Amino acid sequence: MTQPSSARFINIGERTNVTGSAAFKKLIMAGDYAAAVEVARQQVENGAQVIDVNMDEGLLDAVHAMTTFLKLIAAEPDIARVPVMIDSSKFHVIEAGLKCVSGKPIVNSISMKEGEAQFLEQARICMDYGAAAVVMAFDEVGQADTRQRKIDICKRAYDLLVGEGFPPEDIIFDPNIFAVATGIEEHDRYGLDFLEAVKEIKAQCPHAKTSGGLSNLSFSFRGNETVRRAMHSVFLYHAIPAGLDMAIVNAGQLDVYDQIDPTLRDACEDVILARRSDATERLIDLAESYKGKSVADEKAAEEWRGWPVERRLEHALVKGIDAYVVEDTEEARAARAANGDRPIEVIEGPLMDGMNVVGDLFGSGKMFLPQVVKSARVMKKAVAHLIPFIEAEKDLLPEEERKAKGKIIMATVKGDVHDIGKNIVGVVLQCNGYDVIDLGVMVPWPTILASANDNKADMIGLSGLITPSLDEMVTVAEEMQRAGFTMPLLIGGATTSKVHTALRIDPAYEGPVIHVLDASRAVGVASKLLSDTQRDDYVAEVADEYIHVRDARAGRSQSVLLSIDEARANFYDAFLSDKPAPPQQPGVHVFNDWSLEHLRTFIDWTPFFRAWELHGNYPGILTDDVVGETATQLFADANAMLDQIIAEKWLTARGVAGLWPCARDGDDVTIHLAEQEQHVRLPFLRQQVKKSRDRANMCLADFIDPNGDWIGGFAVGIHGIEPHSARFQADKDDYSDILLKALADRFAEAFAEALHQHVRTTLWGYAPGEQLTCEALIKEQYRGIRPAPGYPACPDHSLKPILFDLLDAPKNTGLTLTESFAMWPTAAVSGFYFGHPESQYFGVARVGRDQVEDYAARRGVDLATVERWLRPNLD
Amino acid sequence: MSARERLLAATKNRVLIFDGAFGTQIQNRKLSEADYAGTLGLPADQKGNNDILALTRPDVIADITRAYLDAGSDIVSTNTFSANAISQADYKAEALVAEINIASGRIARTLADEYAAKDGKPRFVAGAIGPTNKTLSLSPDVEDPGFREITFDELVAVYKQQAAALIEGGVDFILIETVFDTLNAKAGIMAVKQLERDTGRDIPLMISMTLTDLSGRNLSGHTVEAFWYAVRHARPLTIGLNCSFGAEQLRPHVKVLSQIADTLLMIYPNAGLPNELGEYDEAPETTAGLVADWAAHGQVNILGGCCGSTPDHIAAIAKAVAASKPREVPHPAPAMRLAGLEPFTVAA
Repeated sequence: MTQPSSARFINIGERTNVTGSAAFKKLIMAGDYAAAVEVARQQVENGAQVIDVNMDEGLLDAVHAMTTFLKLIAAEPDIARVPVMIDSSKFHVIEAGLKCVSGKPIVNSISMKEGEAQFLEQARICMDYGAAAVVMAFDEVGQADTRQRKIDICKRAYDLLVGEGFPPEDIIFDPNIFAVATGIEEHDRYGLDFLEAVKEIKAQCPHAKTSGGLSNLSFSFRGNETVRRAMHSVFLYHAIPAGLDMAIVNAGQLDVYDQIDPTLRDACEDVILARRSDATERLIDLAESYKGKSVADEKAAEEWRGWPVERRLEHALVKGIDAYVVEDTEEARAARAANGDRPIEVIEGPLMDGMNVVGDLFGSGKMFLPQVVKSARVMKKAVAHLIPFIEAEKDLLPEEERKAKGKIIMATVKGDVHDIGKNIVGVVLQCNGYDVIDLGVMVPWPTILASANDNKADMIGLSGLITPSLDEMVTVAEEMQRAGFTMPLLIGGATTSKVHTALRIDPAYEGPVIHVLDASRAVGVASKLLSDTQRDDYVAEVADEYIHVRDARAGRSQSVLLSIDEARANFYDAFLSDKPAPPQQPGVHVFNDWSLEHLRTFIDWTPFFRAWELHGNYPGILTDDVVGETATQLFADANAMLDQIIAEKWLTARGVAGLWPCARDGDDVTIHLAEQEQHVRLPFLRQQVKKSRDRANMCLADFIDPNGDWIGGFAVGIHGIEPHSARFQADKDDYSDILLKALADRFAEAFAEALHQHVRTTLWGYAPGEQLTCEALIKEQYRGIRPAPGYPACPDHSLKPILFDLLDAPKNTGLTLTESFAMWPTAAVSGFYFGHPESQYFGVARVGRDQVEDYAARRGVDLATVERWLRPNLD
Repeated sequence: MSARERLLAATKNRVLIFDGAFGTQIQNRKLSEADYAGTLGLPADQKGNNDILALTRPDVIADITRAYLDAGSDIVSTNTFSANAISQADYKAEALVAEINIASGRIARTLADEYAAKDGKPRFVAGAIGPTNKTLSLSPDVEDPGFREITFDELVAVYKQQAAALIEGGVDFILIETVFDTLNAKAGIMAVKQLERDTGRDIPLMISMTLTDLSGRNLSGHTVEAFWYAVRHARPLTIGLNCSFGAEQLRPHVKVLSQIADTLLMIYPNAGLPNELGEYDEAPETTAGLVADWAAHGQVNILGGCCGSTPDHIAAIAKAVAASKPREVPHPAPAMRLAGLEPFTVAA
């Protein structure tokens, strides 16, 4: 027998039991429920399949403690996922607990101690709440001690319960485990009686289960953990075959039966099975020698270092351990060189084998992106070590060339600077044996086409994050068509979609165009496109799918648009007298070096995990069944890097905020800059889709008073990643590089959040007393909004230059704009502040031609330009 | 025969048809405040209090019920989703809870009996009980996860009052629907059990869960399987899923429940997912095609519609499954099936 965690045997955690755990009792007595909840979490993490909660302590209000604790763990999905055992000797405590438990729990316990009537009444209450119940072998006379009394009482209880309609499968008998080896002769058979009774009860009471509290058994050996563990393990070794279904046990207090010292094991067996009359004395004598000894443990961690080199390399790749990879690679190379084999064979042999394991695990969902990127780091380091040897050999064997699976050109398109996603896809493809030529960011189409030609690429992959990049991708596709390309074009990035690809990009290029949803799909797509047998079918299948998307789109009855006049008539009628008071500190405020330490507390981690394709909300994601382990590791790595970023001042947070007097003028907001004696016009777009019921067609201008009001703007950026990023790239460490970029993005968002708070409480000061937690901030539970150009409420990216002028952002923050209005450095956020309490986020969605023409006039640019800017809102 | 036995008999040979949404049907009639408020003289605006129409515009409720019966519904529900003391307090109408439920029950009862008399086909009335807007498993206060807005006993009393009035109004079954919080449903079960003891009669229960995420959990976090084990002690006449998303997204969860539940299965999804404007625009034939697929695979006993569905949807569903064989209720071997948020079965 080993750790009793099989589905057939249930180990019930006893750490959340004040009578079983002194540490837990101390926490509850002190009212430290937060720490008490952590105890429950640990139990579940350690494999408890059911958790026993007991608050029976004379000095405690047990009802209050029970209900408080149960409600708190209900809020923790990683604890609440397992059933609860509500444990009390007082039934009113149990019933109070039943009112807080949403699943199907176990009640522990009821018995015939106070007679049949009360027993059945309590059983009926359990049935009403849908609980299973532990029934103690206890009757009006007392606790069942002998084998026969255990059997008789349980059978009697069983017949009564089943007669009342209690489901027999919901009954758990506890026939009492008593202490053995006490020196009292009557106790000698207690262990054996229990085992025999269990067998008989199971035979006589169909579908019923049995359970027991294990710690009683070894009560006479308190303080001697080695002996207690051995006794528990030996007991279970015999009890489970006898039919014991569950036990309340500290899972950490069990040993593997086969690994118990045989002398001790035999002595325990003699006691439990009452095999000899002097069993107790012998165990007591033997126990002396184990006193104070702690069981030998952990040493296995470095065990893998003793394995053969091929296995070590595979292990290092799968686990992402780079500490020994250079020496192991060298060992593998040297061994091959001694046999006259070539260095390339280290790559083609053990390294590729290891990466295939990684690829399989990733493909089957058993490994996650952060781990894969770490594996890639190990692989790159190994390959980097081998390159000089391969190069040296090439001079001798010029014919030889390493055959990659395929060659892929990757680029973030012109006007866009976002590359985290593209880098991840690049790493994943490289891991899988593809040759990736990464052209970087802001790559104009001539460079992409030329590079594809020069390198005889097999396909091109384009990436982009901001909406203007969608147009640029169409341009690349058109130019590929014009240049007579036929190679596949892959499209990816947060702003791209299957619909856009089908509607706009695919028709522009006759070669295959494939939208790749995320990095995990990239390898599958690439391998199909390069497969002689699958390629044609796959390309035809995707093309069909896109035709279908286009047809569905064409046939779709589009939402009805109002005329822009009608939409304006249905404007959002904000209660203007609620508008915020003028700012405490109007004008422009520059922050040259906002504390990173402070920003760290504002970080919203959920999008960070999403960037790594780990889906779920922080902090729940850390304990998620599937990705929890990976997320926890990633989170630890991120925090370690954050420590370093802050301590060594890698990055600088620069920002600017401005607050100006303004007025609404139609759908525009005009800002009055007194000093420059100048008005700046901010044209906004209005929702035009016909609304149901009495909902308004909103425009951001609706939140501004035509008779005078205030508006704000901001831009924040994180500077300084380049030298560190370059260092990581030189070190073949994509993992750290991507981690740094993702953290810089988080800092930028956190900065926007922190600055907005500073504006609300101090600079503008309309919410001076605001006290919000980080969580509340993330949920935007504050007054006012900060819509960013390029996002749904204000979809035109081209407002950014106006905003940047108002803020003098290039000078004040060092931020610049590309021709597609992406900000550089990439980790940056900008937007407007609206302070009206009714201001809210919304999506402008589709707009009509009349508004586009009107908007072009208001912006003072030609129609074609506006159409290009607003393309996503025109479909 | 009792209503329970009659329903079991009726489901032997075919897939029965439940009704569709009331809310959208009422909205389409563009009723005014005066329609809602009637002459009740309540101290708050009533517009939007759909349930009170049973008192102020019973003709509207009757028309909609009739439309569903015409469309082929074997079971119609009462328009009482929010007719409980908690939700009615929002309209200062909590004193009318009993009256609303009794009146609603009578409207449905009268029409069901009228249609049954016409063609001899049995019709049933399900007294609908919504989840209220309070939750027993979750704290509305992010700072205090142990806080609850309401206690189990308070919710039992609220449900019991509503269920008693529905029974008085003549309903055949109590339908605890749109369960987003499993513990709320357990309070509803407790209320009906108490009512059964008080009145000494059998009150068959129908229980229907709603999923709030595509992985198949409700708001309190229970998977479909865990939910079934948590409410199975009610021995409900039907178990099922409603609302949630459209039929397309419900498909895997229907399959799971169909395999494990040893009772009738009733599914009434929304008419697809809402569009960008929050409106349901799935065509009746589309919905019918999707749910008919479950019927064709023997996965359901009763089908209907929830948000966005109309009498046209119900008629299309009735037509699409007319020839389908009903699901055979499985009988899994007895085992201790416990549940946290996830199911846990103790092997036999």
